[in-house]
Amino acid sequence: MGDTRLAAFAWEPMHCAAYGILLLPLLSFLINGLWLGRKSARASAWTATVLMGATAALSIIVASGYRDHILTAPHLFPARAALAFEHTWLDFSLGSGAVLSARLGFYLDPISVMMVLVISFISFLVNLYSIGYMKDDAGAGRFFPLLSFFSFTMLGLVVSSNLAQTFFFWELVGAASYLLIGFWYAKPSAVAASKKAFILTRLADAFFLMGLLAVGVNAGSFDFAHLNGPEAAAALNHSVGAGLVTFNLLSLGTLGIYMGAWGKSAMFPFHVWLPDAMEGPTPVSSLIHSATMVVAGVYLTARLYPLFSAAEYTLRVVECTGAFTAVFAAAIACAQTDLKRILAFSTLSQLGLMMSALGTGGGGEPGAAYTASMFHIFTHAFFKCLLFLSAGAVIHAIHSNDIREAGAGGLRKAMPRTYWATLIAVAAIAGIWPLSGFFSKEAILHAALANGRYGALAAGLCTGALTAFYMARYFFLIFHGSAVGSRAPHDSRATHAQEAHPVREGALMTLPILILAVPSALIGILGKGFFTGTVRLWGAEGGASAGVSESALPMRHASSGSWLPAVATVLALSGAGIAWYWYAFRKNGAAFPDRRAPAWYRILAEKFYIDEIYLFLAKRVASKWIAAPAEWTERNIVNGAFDWMTGAVKRLAFLQSIAQSGQVQAYIAVALLGIYLLFRFTGPGY
Amino acid sequence: MQASCLLTLTWVMPLLSALALLAFPARSVAGVKRIALLANGINLALIAWLSAVFALHPPAAAPGSAETVLAFAADYAWFPAWHIRYHVGVDAISLAMMLLAAVVVFCATMASWNIQERNKEFFILLQVLAAGVFGSFIAFDLFAFFVFNELTLIPTYLLIGIFGSGRKEFAAMKLNLMLMGGSALILLGILGLYFESGIRSFDIIELSRIPFDKGFQLWAFPALFLGFAILGNMFPFHIWSPDGHASAPTAVSMFLAGVHMKLGSYGCLRIAMYLLPEGCRAWMDVFMALAAAGVVWGAVVAAKQKDLKYLNAYSSVSHCGLVFLGLAFLNTVGLRGAVMQMLAHGFITALVFCLIGMIYARTHTRLIPQMSGLTARMPFLAVSLVIAGFAALGLPGLAGFAAELNVFLGGFSAGSPLAVICSTLAVLSIVVTAVYVLRATNGILNGPGQTGADPAALTDAGWLEKIPVLILLACILAMGLMPGRLAALLDTALLPILNNLNR
Repeated sequence: MGDTRLAAFAWEPMHCAAYGILLLPLLSFLINGLWLGRKSARASAWTATVLMGATAALSIIVASGYRDHILTAPHLFPARAALAFEHTWLDFSLGSGAVLSARLGFYLDPISVMMVLVISFISFLVNLYSIGYMKDDAGAGRFFPLLSFFSFTMLGLVVSSNLAQTFFFWELVGAASYLLIGFWYAKPSAVAASKKAFILTRLADAFFLMGLLAVGVNAGSFDFAHLNGPEAAAALNHSVGAGLVTFNLLSLGTLGIYMGAWGKSAMFPFHVWLPDAMEGPTPVSSLIHSATMVVAGVYLTARLYPLFSAAEYTLRVVECTGAFTAVFAAAIACAQTDLKRILAFSTLSQLGLMMSALGTGGGGEPGAAYTASMFHIFTHAFFKCLLFLSAGAVIHAIHSNDIREAGAGGLRKAMPRTYWATLIAVAAIAGIWPLSGFFSKEAILHAALANGRYGALAAGLCTGALTAFYMARYFFLIFHGSAVGSRAPHDSRATHAQEAHPVREGALMTLPILILAVPSALIGILGKGFFTGTVRLWGAEGGASAGVSESALPMRHASSGSWLPAVATVLALSGAGIAWYWYAFRKNGAAFPDRRAPAWYRILAEKFYIDEIYLFLAKRVASKWIAAPAEWTERNIVNGAFDWMTGAVKRLAFLQSIAQSGQVQAYIAVALLGIYLLFRFTGPGY
Repeated sequence: MQASCLLTLTWVMPLLSALALLAFPARSVAGVKRIALLANGINLALIAWLSAVFALHPPAAAPGSAETVLAFAADYAWFPAWHIRYHVGVDAISLAMMLLAAVVVFCATMASWNIQERNKEFFILLQVLAAGVFGSFIAFDLFAFFVFNELTLIPTYLLIGIFGSGRKEFAAMKLNLMLMGGSALILLGILGLYFESGIRSFDIIELSRIPFDKGFQLWAFPALFLGFAILGNMFPFHIWSPDGHASAPTAVSMFLAGVHMKLGSYGCLRIAMYLLPEGCRAWMDVFMALAAAGVVWGAVVAAKQKDLKYLNAYSSVSHCGLVFLGLAFLNTVGLRGAVMQMLAHGFITALVFCLIGMIYARTHTRLIPQMSGLTARMPFLAVSLVIAGFAALGLPGLAGFAAELNVFLGGFSAGSPLAVICSTLAVLSIVVTAVYVLRATNGILNGPGQTGADPAALTDAGWLEKIPVLILLACILAMGLMPGRLAALLDTALLPILNNLNR
């Protein structure tokens, strides 16, 4: 155990629980995937749910063990971090005795423990919900093993003790999401969406891989404990390259790693895969958007936050991509009509907020920035999952994704519990006091202010107002809409469907919704202490250890920004107010921007035509102008060389075949000539 | 001593079974394939046992030694007048190749279960091919190596020319001409080594002690390396392989891409690089650039293929490029990555060709646009193909990633700008790999359409067909999840080669 390794922690129940957290979802995947899923979809659903529930219970054991044995013993665990276990996967000897090690570990620190809790808890609820949701689906037996695999990969990712492990599970998360997005494999749009998600994130991952290799080789380790220490940043902080092309290795390496996060967390311009990813079943969307997949990018950036803090340039990139994506996606969400698509863009926007919060950390308050981002991951997981699950209940009830058709059905009376749960989630994401989103959003704004990043602050405020607007629009159109006349043909179909399948809230689907409503409402107040205390301390110390000094440890924003919550709330309320006026009060609201369809609205509705640009790049540039000429060259020039050579041999042979005339006289003449020459030049007279 | 006899048995066994088949009545179609399967099964068990023994008690060289230590070695005079010896033995590299070959041969035999026409001749040729490959991997005498290597060419020609499909005569001719050209270069190099050494020896271990003249190394190395690289599927000398694969029957495709090509890259490492270190250092940048070009080229061209076999053939060009790239980095991690990539690609490509064969047997087409929605009809084959595709695109937990990571790391730690540029290109090519793999799997497995006129004819794999698929899947998973032991053994075996290179 070298000095960069953390002391392995041995409190037996916690040790076993840590193994269980990874093994139980894997077990569920194997049992259901290899055997049970084909026998009985229902049994497989319950097995997966029970095992996931057990995982959630184990994560509570780990969390309490962490609190009691590690947080309280800073003299033993100075970084408040420990390893529950670690096994070597592969060692790489780099010559002259240096060994780079890729390991499978279980790293315990405030944010990994927090993420394990969130992931296992939300996965459990999503499993429970899926029992009802997937009941009538022919592929349900295939669904639950994949869902377990998805949770397993994400858990493996967040407990990584080193970058190699992160990448390992990072790719598996991508593969799992690919399989789940394309779950309905007969549906072309789902297949296309899954492919798009995989390839775009893969493009980002290629840069991640290069970044992690460059950082690992030059810092001499993949371990987070080492990379987040001062030696790693110092070892990386030098120029590479020659002549005009020189880079700072620290910036380049961290930027490469951030590219991975960029793609996975779907920051602009990698964002295009996420809205399409809702082609998968709704429980999958809720997992992807809340606890797994997309938050992986933010988590990775946070995981390496001390190293990133030392790389000023990378931090600015993080901030800019985050802030831009936050506003950009929020604006698009205002003009969408598909339930899940609105939620998808809201996820993009919220991820942008988290990312920009991390990026603001270069100023005087790295701890505050870090805290805010992690806090928002935490609260967002609950209310976003709740939003998706209740949206799923609505979709399940009306058999349509169109927000305008939902409005026709009077769902408020038919689904009262879903109605109230959605209201809580909408208010939470809009940042209304005292719901969870208010506190984490406030923390992000404060971090930007305290660090003097006014651009990010403005973006945050703007996003807040837009978020309140589009979420209120979403809510009013679904539950208070009455735009019956505007889409007559579809409406009749929608109501027809409702007559066939009367709207009702199934107990198995409503239960997780109701459970999730509680943390969505309360987790902000409850979690504030943990985040402003423990997590903040970790982030601050990490920042300090990597060379960024923190001026004052106690929360400073109390003095500098007491006006912020008030401004944010006023902005949120006015955004929601406009939506209420257009879409609920005036009652013809659904048609308001749609009917007139001004140019700016069309641009928003078409998502700034980014998808079309991608399509052009893929179909035209990459396929027509690069791959097709390459294929032609391969066929006609590279392979042509062989044909040319064999042709040349054939022609030579033809020349020689002229001599093979078949005339005996000619043969004898040549033979005599040969004999003469032989004697002439070798005989005794020569 | 007895273990060394077992090593010899690995190539004698397939030859004996070929002889037995010669005497066997051709009418008994079932008997013929059972004899072949039995022989290959015994061989697989034998090699697995040898591997286990080796892994438990690996022979280790002294840390600074440049001499390969052989296990199960045997050394007999063969043509004493010319100092030709029958010298066989294995280290971790050759044993890993033997294991790969044994698994693939066994699976290929099972995958050829439904061959009806000239089935006796087919299996005789397959067994001879296997004998040649096994012999090559254990030979530590250049002459013996060359003889075994040539032994593989004739059955390949006949197997493609007779049992193939499409432009099979052309493909067989093209393949054999290219490989014969490679052999000529190899022979030139071998004779050069023989006469330049001053001791008139073909023995690899003895030759490795000789510091060859630099002028000689500068021409002999590219001749030998290129000769092997043609067989090893290196860009731009890969052109025999796509046509060859496309025309070859399933078993031959599996064997050719899975094992036979590895003989080329194995020869590059074992003979060209080990015996001619100075020439290697002088020429390696050229081959590094070619390897990187091949990685990218193969992937880009594969992205445009419609025929599944051509697609996998070009994917092989790309993945074999990674083998050469790993070799070219000349460090422990890179070389280890190269050998692991040989193994990984061997298993993966054999599995892919195996699955393509099974799918073709049902749909009677290999064209991606003509297939759709196969998942619903053949779930086992679909899941296997998806896993194989994931392995090919380097998903962690499967064999491809464990190998590629070593190659990339070798490039990033090699310390030369060219190495960094080449590995950057290689890393970026994994995106293209994802594109063509997903295009193919999505295209044929997913989607709403149906394949062929009669969907009922599309049945899932029977249990006999599942066995080779499951064996190959198990190998891919085992190597991807637990590469540690293999990597450590390879490190030990690579040490003498590296020591010689740095001499």
